[in-house]
Amino acid sequence: MNVIGKPRRRVDARSKVTGRTRFADDLALPRMAHCRLLRSPHPHAEILAVDVSRAAALSGVYLVLTGEAFPVSFGIMPVSQDEYPLARGKVRYVGDPVAAVVARDEQTCAEALAEIEVKYRPLATIASPAEALATPEPRIHDYGPQGNIHRLQAYEFGDVEEALARADHVFEDVFFYEGNTHLAIEQHAALAAPEGEGGVVLYSSTQNPHYLHRQLARVLQLPASKVRVVAMPNGGGFGGKCDPANHEMVVAKAALALGRPVKICLNREEVFYLHRGRHPVLMRLRTGVTKDGRLTGVHLQTLLDGGAYGSHGPASTFYTGVLTPTTYELPRFKFEACRVFTNKPPCGPKRGHGTPQPRFGQEVQLDKIAEKLGLDPAELRLRIAVKPDSLTANWLRIGSTGLAECIRQVVERSGWKEKFRKLPEGRGVGLACSAYMCGAGLPIYWNKLPHSGVQLLADRSGQVTAFCGATEVGQGSDDVLAAIVAEVLGIAPDDVRLVTGDTGLTPVDLGSYSSRVTVMMGNAALRAAEQLKARIAAAAAEELGVAPHRVAFANGRVSVAGEPSKAMAFREAVELAEARFGTLAATGSYTPPKPAGKYKGAGVGPSPAYSYSACVVEVEVDRASGWISVPKIWIAHDIGRVVNPVLARGQVVGSVYMGLAEALMEEQAFRRLPPKLSDALVHRIPSILEYKSPTSLDMPEVETILVEEPDPNCPFGAKEVGQGPLLPVPPALANAIYDAVGVRIDELPITPDKVLRALELKAQGKNPRIGPEAFPAVPYPKPVFVPPPWEGGDGGEAKRHDAAAVV
Amino acid sequence: MMRLPWFECRAPRTVAEAAAILAAEGPEAMLLAGGTDLLPNMKRRHQTPRLLVCLRRVEGLRKVSNGAALTLGAGLTLTEVLREPRIPAGLRQAAAQVATVHLRNMGTLGGNLCLDTRCTYYNQTYEWRRAIGFCLKKDGEICWVATASKRCVAVSSTDTAPALIALGARVRLVGAAGEREIALEDLYRNDGIDYLARRPDELLTEVIVPDRGWRSTYWKLRRRGAFDFPVLGVAAAARFAPDGTVLEARIALGAAASRPFLVEKAGAFLAEKKLTDEVIAEAAAIAASRAKPMDNTDLDLYWRKDVADDFVGYALRDLRGDDMRAVRLRTARYLPGEPPGLS
Repeated sequence: MNVIGKPRRRVDARSKVTGRTRFADDLALPRMAHCRLLRSPHPHAEILAVDVSRAAALSGVYLVLTGEAFPVSFGIMPVSQDEYPLARGKVRYVGDPVAAVVARDEQTCAEALAEIEVKYRPLATIASPAEALATPEPRIHDYGPQGNIHRLQAYEFGDVEEALARADHVFEDVFFYEGNTHLAIEQHAALAAPEGEGGVVLYSSTQNPHYLHRQLARVLQLPASKVRVVAMPNGGGFGGKCDPANHEMVVAKAALALGRPVKICLNREEVFYLHRGRHPVLMRLRTGVTKDGRLTGVHLQTLLDGGAYGSHGPASTFYTGVLTPTTYELPRFKFEACRVFTNKPPCGPKRGHGTPQPRFGQEVQLDKIAEKLGLDPAELRLRIAVKPDSLTANWLRIGSTGLAECIRQVVERSGWKEKFRKLPEGRGVGLACSAYMCGAGLPIYWNKLPHSGVQLLADRSGQVTAFCGATEVGQGSDDVLAAIVAEVLGIAPDDVRLVTGDTGLTPVDLGSYSSRVTVMMGNAALRAAEQLKARIAAAAAEELGVAPHRVAFANGRVSVAGEPSKAMAFREAVELAEARFGTLAATGSYTPPKPAGKYKGAGVGPSPAYSYSACVVEVEVDRASGWISVPKIWIAHDIGRVVNPVLARGQVVGSVYMGLAEALMEEQAFRRLPPKLSDALVHRIPSILEYKSPTSLDMPEVETILVEEPDPNCPFGAKEVGQGPLLPVPPALANAIYDAVGVRIDELPITPDKVLRALELKAQGKNPRIGPEAFPAVPYPKPVFVPPPWEGGDGGEAKRHDAAAVV
Repeated sequence: MMRLPWFECRAPRTVAEAAAILAAEGPEAMLLAGGTDLLPNMKRRHQTPRLLVCLRRVEGLRKVSNGAALTLGAGLTLTEVLREPRIPAGLRQAAAQVATVHLRNMGTLGGNLCLDTRCTYYNQTYEWRRAIGFCLKKDGEICWVATASKRCVAVSSTDTAPALIALGARVRLVGAAGEREIALEDLYRNDGIDYLARRPDELLTEVIVPDRGWRSTYWKLRRRGAFDFPVLGVAAAARFAPDGTVLEARIALGAAASRPFLVEKAGAFLAEKKLTDEVIAEAAAIAASRAKPMDNTDLDLYWRKDVADDFVGYALRDLRGDDMRAVRLRTARYLPGEPPGLS
């Protein structure tokens, strides 16, 4: 291959490093007005009255909007359409948008916001999952199974209690993973402008223009054909730009109302309020193992702090369970999950969406299991690594897996065998693994349509233009698209013109989420390019006097295979094809394979392929202060096939950075003031200075190993790399700290004060562990019972076996 | 983005002219040097001065002169301070660890000495502060850190002040009515609101560092290798006899109260002693006992109290001549003498 696998400068590198890339906030249009939002100062309150008269009368103010302007709700998930662009009747967290001002400049907007009078009647604040479970009234929303519970899910694949009963050991642990946010450097910005007859175009920093397009049409009550969404290159997304957002709806509405462009750019504090980041998750993990380390069954319970709105919550809740069986052989699996509403910014998808939390729990627990059984943690994992071409207990179809090779690679490169339990006190190594999906097998709203479409145009100039709805969020989606088209057509990636992320111009692609782009857009691009290539080959073959299958495409030339002298420039071949076939266009689309599971809920978790990672973290812990330093991290990732090694390594290192940040520092934490004095519940640190995330000086050396285990469902075998490598980092760090100083920190982030407290417990002869002590009573429903593939059944729900029902 | 409130700006050419403006305008006027503290604070409406008196064009504020003492203009940028070889190590180390390269290129020595006190209930936007009903330091009546406290407990967060206090530095304050020179520690009050003894019409023009041939060092505790304000600053300076006996020593702490302060007892304890491990441990315990951290900065309050003696110990071992580079790198991601970051 000429392009795939070769290290290249990505196609958008020059414009990004020289500042020529236009992000949403770089856009300006003639007559553009500016917008800012008034946000709630109360965590939970009824809105009694909003008086905008003084604000509207200010000079330079063009429009003031309130919830009245938006009668229709929205939400990314069809089952949780619980948001309004501006609050109607009620506010649910400090920062909830209440009104909007559109004016000649931001300064005027700010002055007008101060003139809006809102009368609130405060309601009881619900600050935590424990409070949400204990406080059914007042309800934050009037939907959901009960009280302040948003979602309850329970599934059992085989009789887990029976599996635990016959295990040699049962390990039970409670873990906590604190919430954290995406921290993209680009703050969300959107510019809306009237377009055509009664239509509107929205340029926005969004990861998912297609879903935004649908929601925008719904909220504006316009036909979708009157709404166009252009996803600008994102200055980082990480899941934070997946949800349709209030400010996008507001500027679109304002642009239509005023007949002029309206722009908004959120400030950093507002981004912390919009959030949709990592859910704080409390989890209980009960695992049965045989004495040689094989798992007999896992019972996982999770409790998610969802914040004030649904967001992706129903999916997030599933993801705290469903991918657990994809890493190790697990005969039986039960998971119960619950998401509650609290008066805090809504949580949603962040890199790894719902899976880093249980992955942390399972990998730390495996470390404890290995120690108890006297097994090397790497050896234990090699023994139970999931097998290729297999089904999991919950009916996920595993294709290729390079997990074992990943483990072997990091063990060898890190010198694991010389280090584990052998380094001097204060230094240690830890290992963990993970799996992640390469794209969600089902779309967010129910349909049978393709998940990605690519259209190619070629003409006599020799230029090839690729149109696709996929969105460049910094991950390199444009580069992958160009590379795949270029590989097939034998041209250079820089020679492919790209038009992406524009619902008015490009075929639908569902968006940059769930690590789906390389696989789904890639497959669509591959099909379109093959189709175009066939046309060009047919025309060139005629000219060259050979059969079309003998025509080869490489290095910008079209030639007879094996006879390089019989050749023409790619441009000439395209010209011949255009002469013969007329305008040259080709399309390709991709729909993932059908899930194997047939039970209700089986749609979350299936993916065309799964990527695998293994990681070793080395730490130094100062026993006097608990101070943690990380000198080096080794990570191996099974990427299937590398499209561009430069990009792939960047994604791995970026994932390691983000995983380490969550493990050591990041906390989307809230401050409750003394309830006798105040109802306030505020984000502790909504600034990029005090919300701590490592700087480049704090990053360790990272050694990246790319393992290539091509997957037949993927273009050229290429799997995902954007999210999976984050997952093993936090547990590997926790395990390394145990190796270094013999203390277990069963909650994230792991900070020096927790390590020091655990060391003090150790010195006092107590259990040297810091972490949650108990898991609360959650009213989980009776689980949906599905026999795993090896216990019969067809992947659908079944009556529980009589004998088991006794347990 | 967050916008500045409206203000007027004057740009005097001389200290006398600046002092005259301050005297005429009263507390409605504020001095603008590098702007790295004041301007972000104005965006959050901590200060909303009607008039900013820009010091950039004022002559003589960026000089460095050697005489009986080293005199440093208050307008020197932190980058200039950390690169000036005549300046004692402790101060250069402190300047090198302030914020980031870009902020050190703008921020000044005088500005860092006059840095507004900080608190997690205060360094927030106006909207955030309104959501908690404001606080004692600005627009409100309750100190949320210590609800029974009558006094604001916001934290002094300057790095250069403890370093200079340990070196026995003095500062010159010039007002319309005259000028005075005071010991740097006397510039500060242990009050998060009224934290400076500088009168509203005075400019801090110079820092005078006595040249006594002392060894000095500064150790900063913070979460990351850049950006962060200190959650503890330990400055130590000492003069030694040829056999290693301490002749005189001064230890100052920063970010441990609303002012940076000298721990005289610790310095006195060290006099006439050699810096053995035991002596260091005892001096560290004396100094650390004076650190009274509150729950209003980054990192756990009790932990900060717990590790204060470790950091004093690091500073004293550094003065003793131990090779502390590995500890520095681990805790501060910084090596003295190396250019910090990309400066």
